Amino acid sequence: MIEAVGLTKRYGAKTAVHNLTFQVRPGAVTGFLGPNGSGKSTTMRMILGLDRPTSGYVTVGGRPFHQLPNAPRQVGALLDAKAVHGGRSARLHLLSLAQLSGIPASRVDEVLGVVGLQDVARKRSKGFSLGMGQRLGIAAALLGDPQVLLFDEPVNGLDPEGILWVRNLMKRLAAEGRTVFVSSHLMSEMALTADHLIVIGRGQLMADMSVKDFISANSADFARVRTPDGEPEQREKLTAALVEAGGRVLPEQDGGMRVTGLPLPRISDVAHGADVRLWELSPHQASLEEAYMRMTQGAVDYRSTDDQRAGFQPPAPAFGHQMPAMPQMPQQGWQETAYPVLEGERPNPYAQPVAAAPAAPPVPPSAPASVPAPADLTKRDSEDAR
Amino acid sequence: MAVPVTAVQQVLQSEWTKIKSVRSTVWTLGIAFVVTVALGALISALTKKNFENLPPKDKITFDPTFTSFAGMGLGQLALIVFGVLVVSNEYSTGMIRTSLAAVPQRGIFLFSKIVMATLFAFAVAMLTGFVSFFLGQAMLGSLKASLGDPGVLRAVIGGGLYMTLITVFSMGVATMLRSPMLALGILMPFFFLISNILGHVPATQKVGRYLPDQAGQKIMQVVTYDSEAPYGPWGGFTIMVLWVVAALVGAYVLLKKRDA
Repeated sequence: MIEAVGLTKRYGAKTAVHNLTFQVRPGAVTGFLGPNGSGKSTTMRMILGLDRPTSGYVTVGGRPFHQLPNAPRQVGALLDAKAVHGGRSARLHLLSLAQLSGIPASRVDEVLGVVGLQDVARKRSKGFSLGMGQRLGIAAALLGDPQVLLFDEPVNGLDPEGILWVRNLMKRLAAEGRTVFVSSHLMSEMALTADHLIVIGRGQLMADMSVKDFISANSADFARVRTPDGEPEQREKLTAALVEAGGRVLPEQDGGMRVTGLPLPRISDVAHGADVRLWELSPHQASLEEAYMRMTQGAVDYRSTDDQRAGFQPPAPAFGHQMPAMPQMPQQGWQETAYPVLEGERPNPYAQPVAAAPAAPPVPPSAPASVPAPADLTKRDSEDAR
Repeated sequence: MAVPVTAVQQVLQSEWTKIKSVRSTVWTLGIAFVVTVALGALISALTKKNFENLPPKDKITFDPTFTSFAGMGLGQLALIVFGVLVVSNEYSTGMIRTSLAAVPQRGIFLFSKIVMATLFAFAVAMLTGFVSFFLGQAMLGSLKASLGDPGVLRAVIGGGLYMTLITVFSMGVATMLRSPMLALGILMPFFFLISNILGHVPATQKVGRYLPDQAGQKIMQVVTYDSEAPYGPWGGFTIMVLWVVAALVGAYVLLKKRDA
């Protein structure tokens, strides 16, 4: 059981973690989600007593970490898979950690087997791939057979087989009644691994609920409907008919529509009744990834901008008067498709307005379907592909 | 504060594994020995060859023991690297977080770690001191001093202690600075050049002789006629010990206070 109360960490003027209060319970995998720089690692370091909170406190099993008797036998952690001396063999690295915690050397060989590194145990970890490094880090966390386990981004750099292995390992550890706290910025991975989610953005708590609740609270089903291209009057007619039938319609970039509030057969009937032909009628579920992106898009610290390629674009050779064709991305084009808050979804109960960059507010049902994203958002970054 | 004996033992054991499982630490200790002994022997041999040509003042104040330690100025640099690496490897790799999570009592971690590394350095430094002495005296032939001469045994043991303390001082500084590049970038030029210059330029000599290495080297000298230093061998040694204590206190305070 990990319990944080009013946990706050400031580095000079920057607040890394602000007033976090949460509990991580035993017997479940708790996912710790947030964009890069949102304070996940800082929180983990505070749990381990490495960083001192500016205010608030965090306890493990009811005690601050440094007061735990025999801490490494109670809490195991993977903070950084690269935190090994490259010139030391995997086995001696683990042995030195085991000795530090008073763990017998035989346990080292056990955990090497558990993570599947027994064949490279005597090789220097310098030559390890990122995935092997993660396995070594996980082995270190398992050394003390602890009841509380912290993993900071454990699947980074793992291949699909490794990801599956980590997922099953986390679930097994939780099923044994341990407290498992796993941070990630990959919602899709957490959706498969975690039972419970704690989502933070800019150091603040945004959600603390079960994965099931998170999905139902944050994702909404919709239907994609497309009328024949080049016949806008058909589209207008259908929109009017659908709204009249009680549905909500959100136009999409490519001329299609997102329809919520009506089941698919009903949409088909309405279209038939209005004498409109359909080119597409398909069911969609907004993914958890989208729900997460929507929730945290106001809280992303590092956002990429369009590459204008200024100065790299050769001037157009032929028509001297014309400006070279700059790749001008229509900004509103992205905003219209950038995970707008769907009209059918319930507002996120934990969403807190962030002063600097408010999260996308839910659009009231009567509002015209348009740009719900804040104006300062430029482009969704690709940091999650890290 | 009661010192938990098991925690100390665990850190000592772990540090033993850490030091001997990395090539750099083994290499630096080996280089310290080889460089000090070889250079001491070489300079002793050259001194023997040129002794007739030396000015009378140098002949009178000739110190065979100190001459056989002539390699220490260079050899101590390898021990400085050893001391810096033992500590800042933890920081440059990020292991320090794992280590401090395993031993939340930071003082116990730091001092047990330093004790184990110091034992390594002490063993190598003592061996280096005695081998340098005997090999150097063998090269000096008829000019040699013997271990039974007054002050000689003190100077030879002092040579080992001096090299040990230089290592401990480096560990303290490295803990404060954390970055190996920064620590080496300050310690190496300081002990190789700056301290020597300050200690021999008349204007700064008065301050320079209170620097850790200038004061500490006094204990290795048997013949001290030309020295104006206001302290004897053990006085100089005490000054060096104070420097080391200051570095360790600074290291402890910063480690305790800082986020890891």
